[in-house]
Amino acid sequence: MASVPIGELVRLDGVALGYDGEVALRDVNVRISPGELIGIVGPSGCGKTTLLRSLLGETEVYAGDASVADNTKVGYVPQVETVDWNFPITVEQVAMLGSWRTRRWLPWTSRDERSRARVVLSQLGIADLADRPIRALSGGQQQRTFLARALIRSPDLLLLDEPTSGVDIKTRHEILHQLAALNHAGVTVVLTTHDLNGVASHLPRLIALGEQTVLADGPPEEVLQPPILERAYGQPMLVVQSGHETYVLPVPEEAPGAHEEPLVPPHVVNVIGRPDADDA
Amino acid sequence: MLEPFEFGFMQRAMIAATLVGGVTAAVGVFVILRRLAYIGHGLAHSIFGGAVVSFTIGFNFFIGASLWGAFSVFLINQAARRRQIGGDAAIGIITTAAFAIGIAVISRARSFTRDFEAALFGEILGITNQDLYVTTGMIVLIALVLFLLWKPLVFITFDHDVATSYGIPVRWVEAVFSLALAATVVAALQVLGVTLIAAALVIPPVVARMMTDSFPRLFLIAVVLGALTGFLGVYISWFVDVSSGATVVLVQAAVFVLTLGWGVIESRRGLSAARRAERLAGLERSLND
Repeated sequence: MASVPIGELVRLDGVALGYDGEVALRDVNVRISPGELIGIVGPSGCGKTTLLRSLLGETEVYAGDASVADNTKVGYVPQVETVDWNFPITVEQVAMLGSWRTRRWLPWTSRDERSRARVVLSQLGIADLADRPIRALSGGQQQRTFLARALIRSPDLLLLDEPTSGVDIKTRHEILHQLAALNHAGVTVVLTTHDLNGVASHLPRLIALGEQTVLADGPPEEVLQPPILERAYGQPMLVVQSGHETYVLPVPEEAPGAHEEPLVPPHVVNVIGRPDADDA
Repeated sequence: MLEPFEFGFMQRAMIAATLVGGVTAAVGVFVILRRLAYIGHGLAHSIFGGAVVSFTIGFNFFIGASLWGAFSVFLINQAARRRQIGGDAAIGIITTAAFAIGIAVISRARSFTRDFEAALFGEILGITNQDLYVTTGMIVLIALVLFLLWKPLVFITFDHDVATSYGIPVRWVEAVFSLALAATVVAALQVLGVTLIAAALVIPPVVARMMTDSFPRLFLIAVVLGALTGFLGVYISWFVDVSSGATVVLVQAAVFVLTLGWGVIESRRGLSAARRAERLAGLERSLND
């Protein structure tokens, strides 16, 4: 494994990676600098989680060089579906699992660990839920609990797998706000998302996956382009802009000419690369 | 009432049942939460094969059965890693085959049929001082493993897929836990017998689970319940003249039924209280209108 140059946190050079001998992604060239906030986008099964887990060193690397800077503390927030919800555990106990290495041979936690957990839970606005069983919480509260488990290690690099999956719009906004605050505090954040409009378009940098590789890497206005999205999702996509907002819509599969009127009034938005407009 | 305490064999039996009840419950907490009840049942049968073979070749029962159990666990882990087989099928094949070896050996040498009835159904009243020392030593070792691996075990049990990401050596911890489970089954063999061990592993933790939503409390309740029902089972068996192992399990089953019944009554009470509150609120609304 090659070393990472000073000023970089992650470097993947021509990497092919996957599990059990099966290549999931190939020719991956990604560099991540400290303090970035990055979203990995693409359709289901395109390798978003695989790329994320490669940063944890949990995938097999078949070609190229994959490296994370030495002494990088990594925090990981998985998709909540991996958890055993029948397990009797409170919010505070979940948060403290993140610091299991502290006094690892003793079953009980120290006063310092508990106060650190309370501080992190307060930062995330869930201190009042500390003694509640995790399964009794809402999706957004559960997501914040797992975020607390990752943050209790004071990570340099925070990896989140679909952090806004299954939560309502308000909670999604709150989670993104908290991630942005962490990022401002110096934490490098990398997350996966399938939500192009609600999440991806608001991030400063996107990595689009498809066809088992990285299709595009850059700011949303460069990555969220119809040709790239069509390659990624395998169907024509419409990209519209309204002020600073970008919206991606799948083009309905209809008989040609069925829609004489545009889907969105032209005085409201700019339509970028609308497929039928190109044909005209 | 104090009659059972006057006899040395009963004193040893009650001490052994208390210790074994506590440790099987402690290990059982992780067994039920990881949904491994089947492996506990299977291992008991597998270790029976080891016990028979050890007896036949004149090898120490505890060492022979423990090695056999450890080897079974190793084979199960190896087989379960193959995608085509899966964990439950691996347990079914390996533990049944190991049990069948024991049956085959017995059928070839019928002279020690009685000893293996004891292995199948337990013979706690035959426990010697030496058996008690060895059992106590094993229990201390198992307790030490649980103490030292507590944090990683809790993490793996709650969120298995993510534990590796947090630096937990999952395979290593699981292997050590499996060995502790095998040692627990060996320690419990003489007290409960092959056929009843699974119940002692499962019932106290399940009862504790019904009582609390806190993991530390669950663990404590399960261990106390396991130890208490172990002691009570042997004590009661003196008066009712029933097999001690069976009495221990029946006492545990009775506690389970009582807890279940209490839970049903409590939930109905909660439901009717909620309905009453709803009706009162409705009445208040209609009065205000």
